[in-house]
Amino acid sequence: MPALAFALDLATSLDLLAYSPPGWGANLLRGLANSLKIAFGAFGLGLLIGIAGAYGKLYGGPVLRDLLAVYTTVVRAVPELVLILILYFAVTDAVNQLLVALGQPRIQLSGLVAGIAVLGVVQGAYATEVLRGAIQAVPPGQIEAARAYGMPPVMLARRVTLPAMLPFAIPGLANLWLIATKDTALLAIVGFGELTQETRQAAGTTKAYFTFYLAAGALYLMVTLISGTLFRRLEGWARRGQPSLRGTAS
Amino acid sequence: MTEIAEHPARRPGAATDEAIRVETLHKSFGALEVLKGVSLTAHKGDVVAIIGGSGSGKSTCLRCINFLETPTSGRIVIAGEEVALRPDGTPASRRQIERLRSRLGMVFQAFNLWTHRTLLENVIEVPVHVLGVPRAEAVDRARGLLARVGLSEKADTYPAFLSGGQQQRAAIARALAIEPSAMLFDEPTSALDPELVGEVLGVIRDLASEGRTMILVTHEMKFAREVADHVIYLHNGLIEEEGPPEALFGAPRSDRLRQFLKSVG
Repeated sequence: MPALAFALDLATSLDLLAYSPPGWGANLLRGLANSLKIAFGAFGLGLLIGIAGAYGKLYGGPVLRDLLAVYTTVVRAVPELVLILILYFAVTDAVNQLLVALGQPRIQLSGLVAGIAVLGVVQGAYATEVLRGAIQAVPPGQIEAARAYGMPPVMLARRVTLPAMLPFAIPGLANLWLIATKDTALLAIVGFGELTQETRQAAGTTKAYFTFYLAAGALYLMVTLISGTLFRRLEGWARRGQPSLRGTAS
Repeated sequence: MTEIAEHPARRPGAATDEAIRVETLHKSFGALEVLKGVSLTAHKGDVVAIIGGSGSGKSTCLRCINFLETPTSGRIVIAGEEVALRPDGTPASRRQIERLRSRLGMVFQAFNLWTHRTLLENVIEVPVHVLGVPRAEAVDRARGLLARVGLSEKADTYPAFLSGGQQQRAAIARALAIEPSAMLFDEPTSALDPELVGEVLGVIRDLASEGRTMILVTHEMKFAREVADHVIYLHNGLIEEEGPPEALFGAPRSDRLRQFLKSVG
């Protein structure tokens, strides 16, 4: 008898998760796609900020270094949730007051843009530290050799420093990517239709909480597993010139 | 120390015949003055060896020539072109420094090959990306140079999988690939196991005998005596004694040099 009930439950669950209505599968997948868009955008923005921030901290003047220290400290100190609320409500409000004062129409910040901007700034603070450490781990002789052969600074960064620091940066960057995928869930707070928000809606409507949250969890897990494989490959490629720590040549 | 004052007039050759001229070079690290007015000239085809004890300033002197260290004061003239300096001794033009550096083949004590690139990629890197040599041409030349230093089979190997001697020979091929007007060797065998020193010295000896201009900072006294045209003994940031190798090693005039030669055997 319990087996039958379980089977019935399972059947209903699968119906609920079907791609087309009355299933909610399409909504979940749309949410997942939005989450990935934000994660990609934020991670990419974070990388750019991180590279600039790391170079600024390592080679910048005292004022720039101080500003970057304030940035990394504040952003890493304040919860992402609070930052999202600040940007989404406070900044939009400030921008709109300015626009109204100038006689321009009000704008509505899209959840996607707000998400990428806020999470990108957060990722940038962490990436600055990850990349700064990785650049410092590059043997100075390799950078010196590039200078000794007349490489201009940008070429030196592109041809020597950045590829040489990659093996040291990838574990930290892989962490940041996974954090980015999960931090997208925070955007549910502003009603943006990412995976968690879509899941909440589906679960609330159907009362099948267990089914939907389990499905969302499985989707997040799938993203993590695929990411893990890709980062392992990337790391293998970045470490191509380095003997394995296990002692067997490559 | 009369040698120093007289030095600039030591060989009054035409400027065009000079590959590298350094005049009254001073370098301080904070309060520590490492070079206290060193002058030297390398004519085209000369092998100048700089010897001296630890802390004598010999590496610093070499590194000042291509501005890996910024001199505190002094003049540096490379192939007749004077490096423009600001009053504080820093180079006035980054582009000039980069252009001059791209014709000076530097070989380091610790090899400093780029570990994420194969030997072939290391050798073509500067010709292709800094000097703008077409890739196919650079690869051809690089293969020739790797063959010359006995590393043909290792062209596609990454540096970390090679011995120190092999890495240093590849580093010499990298230096040759830029068709250098002069080569700078900064203690090229000091980081090598004793049994690997010979293979690297063999390559340098070949280069010396084909009339390349080089400045060689070294601890290998026998080698310096054999390949150098001119030897400079640095002590405490000053030239204590200099001259042809037979004179310096055969009949040292100063007590310090005599003592130094005795201590290094």
